[in-house]
Amino acid sequence: MFAESSLNVRNKRVQNLFRILFMMMTILLIIPVIIILGTLIAKGGSIISFDFLFTDPTNGMTAGGIFPALLGTIWIVAVALLASVPLGIAAAIYLNEYAGDNWFTRIIQLAIINLAGVPSIVHALFGVGAFVIFFGFGTSILAASLTLAIMTLPVVIVSTRESLRAVPQAFREACWNMGATRWQTIRRVVLPNAVSGILTGIILEVSRTTGETAPIMFTGAAFFLPFLPQSVFDQTMALSLHLFVVATQVPGVPDNLPFGVALVLIAMVLLMNSISIAFRMYLRGKKKW
Amino acid sequence: MSETKPLLQSPSVDFDHRNFDWYVDKFIQSIVFIAGISAIIFIIGIFVFITIEGFGFLLEDFSFREFFLSPFWEPSDEDAPEYGILALVAGTASVTGLAMIVAIPFSLGAAIFIGEFATGKLRESLKVLVELLAAIPSVVWGFIGLSIMNPLIIDVFDVPVGLNVLNAGIILGLMAAPIMTSIAEDALKAVPDRYREAAEALGATRWQVIFKTVLPAAKNGLLGAVLLGVGRGFGETMAVLMATGHAVNIPGSVFDPVRALTATIAAELGETAVGSPHYQALFTIGIFLFIITFLINLTADLIVRGIRKG
Repeated sequence: MFAESSLNVRNKRVQNLFRILFMMMTILLIIPVIIILGTLIAKGGSIISFDFLFTDPTNGMTAGGIFPALLGTIWIVAVALLASVPLGIAAAIYLNEYAGDNWFTRIIQLAIINLAGVPSIVHALFGVGAFVIFFGFGTSILAASLTLAIMTLPVVIVSTRESLRAVPQAFREACWNMGATRWQTIRRVVLPNAVSGILTGIILEVSRTTGETAPIMFTGAAFFLPFLPQSVFDQTMALSLHLFVVATQVPGVPDNLPFGVALVLIAMVLLMNSISIAFRMYLRGKKKW
Repeated sequence: MSETKPLLQSPSVDFDHRNFDWYVDKFIQSIVFIAGISAIIFIIGIFVFITIEGFGFLLEDFSFREFFLSPFWEPSDEDAPEYGILALVAGTASVTGLAMIVAIPFSLGAAIFIGEFATGKLRESLKVLVELLAAIPSVVWGFIGLSIMNPLIIDVFDVPVGLNVLNAGIILGLMAAPIMTSIAEDALKAVPDRYREAAEALGATRWQVIFKTVLPAAKNGLLGAVLLGVGRGFGETMAVLMATGHAVNIPGSVFDPVRALTATIAAELGETAVGSPHYQALFTIGIFLFIITFLINLTADLIVRGIRKG
C-alpha cells in the first residue's frame, strides 16, 4: 500500500543527482586551494628557517632573510590597530546602544558597507592625498597605518556590533532599573559580556591588515631599506609588499625565496584566522544564555 | 549605610539628576556619536581628497571623449600624451566577467550544498574552510597566478605567455568565490524555516524545496551576493596587477594579456611626479573606480534590503 510510486522514485533520483552535483561544486571550490597551499609548502618550505625569519635580505634581496619586512609588518599592524580598534568599538557602541532605527543610522550603515567595498587602491590614493600630502606625514608608517585603519574599520565595527547585539536586552534593563546611566550600563554590563567577541573581531582585523598590499605601497612601505624603522615617521619594509617585490621586481631571485615569503605571509594570516574561529566556537559553547 | 541623607530636601536638589555621572554619560555619548559618524566622514573624505588631487586634470587635460573612448593610455608620451581608459576598462571588465563565470556557479552551488544539504560537523567544517579561503591575501593570489598558473596555462594550452585574461580571471574567481559563498549562504539562511516545513509537509523532496521554495525566496539576497562579488573583482588590485600580463590591450581572446584600471594606478603612481597631469589622471581613474564601486555596493544593499522589508 505504501510502495514508492514511480514519481517518488524519480524525485528521489533527481534530488540525489543535485546533491552530488552541488557537493562536487563545493569540492571543486576547495580542491584548487588545497593544491595551491601544498605547492607553496613544497616549494617554499625548504627555505623557512630561523635564519630566514631573523636575518636581513642580502645580495640585492636575492638571498638572506625577511626580518626587516616581518618587523615592518608588525609596526604597521600595531599602529593601525591603535587607531582603528578604539574608533571601531566606539562606533559599534553608538550604533548598537544609542542609535535609533532611522534613516540616519541607515546612512551610517551604508557608509560602513561602502568603506569596506571601496577598492584598496582607492584607499591608497586617499592615503596619499590625505595623510602623505595634506597632513604632511610623508611616506611613513603613520600614513600607511592610518590608511589601513580606515580601510579595515568596518571589520571592527561589524564584529563588535555583532557581539554587543548578542548581549541580552534584559541585562541592560536590569542595570538601568538599578539607576545606572547608559554609560555605566555599557561599561559594567554590556562590554564585559561582549569583550571576548570583540577580541575575535580584532584578531580578524590583524589578519586583514597583515595581508593588505596596495594601500601601503605609496603611503609608507618601501621596496628595500638598509635600516630598521625608528619611529612612526620612518618608512619601513612590509611582508606583503616584499612578496610583490621579490616576485616581480628583482631579477635573479632563486625560485624558493618568493615561495618562502608567500608561505610565511599566508601562514600568519591563516593562523590568526584559525585562532579567531576557534575562539568564536569556544565562546559559543560556553555561552550561558 | 555609610551615609544618610535627610529625607526631605528642597525639590530643586532632589529632581536635578545632573550629577557627575550624568555629565560623564553625556560626554561619552557625544564621543561615541562622533565615532559613529566617522564612517560617513571617511567616505566623504575619500571622495574629497582624491577629487582634490585629480582636479587639475579634470579642469585642463580632461576630455570626456578621449578619457572614455580612446583605447590609448600613453601618459608618458612627451609630445602628445593620451589618457584613454577604454582598454583599461575592457581589461577590468574581461577579467571580472571571466571571474564571475568561474565564481557564480561554484559559489552558489557551494552555498546551496553547505546551507541546505550538509548537516552537523560537515557543514561546520565546510563553513570554516570557506572562511579561511576568503582570508588569503590578494598579493598571495597574484603570486600564485604568476608562479603556478602561468606555467600551467603555457603547458595546457600551448601558448607562449600564461599571464592573460584566463589566468587573472581564474585567480579572481577563486578569490571572489569564498566571499560570495558566505554571503549567498547567509541569504539562504535568511529564508524562514516555516517555508521549508510547509513545502516538506506537501510532500516535496529536499531538492524541490530548494528549487521551488528556498531559491525564489532568497533570490534578492543571492543577487546581492553576486553584485558584491562583481564589486570585489572590479576593485581587486594586486592579483590582477601580477596575473594579467599588464599590457594595454583590448582583448580578442582569453589568451591576450590585458591591463586593469586598478593595476594601472598601482603600477604607475610611484613613477609620477606629484601634481603632474599623469599623476592627476591616475587620481581621476580613482574617482571613476570610487563612483562605480559605490554604485555597485549601493545597488547590492538596496536589493538585499528590499526583501527584508517585503
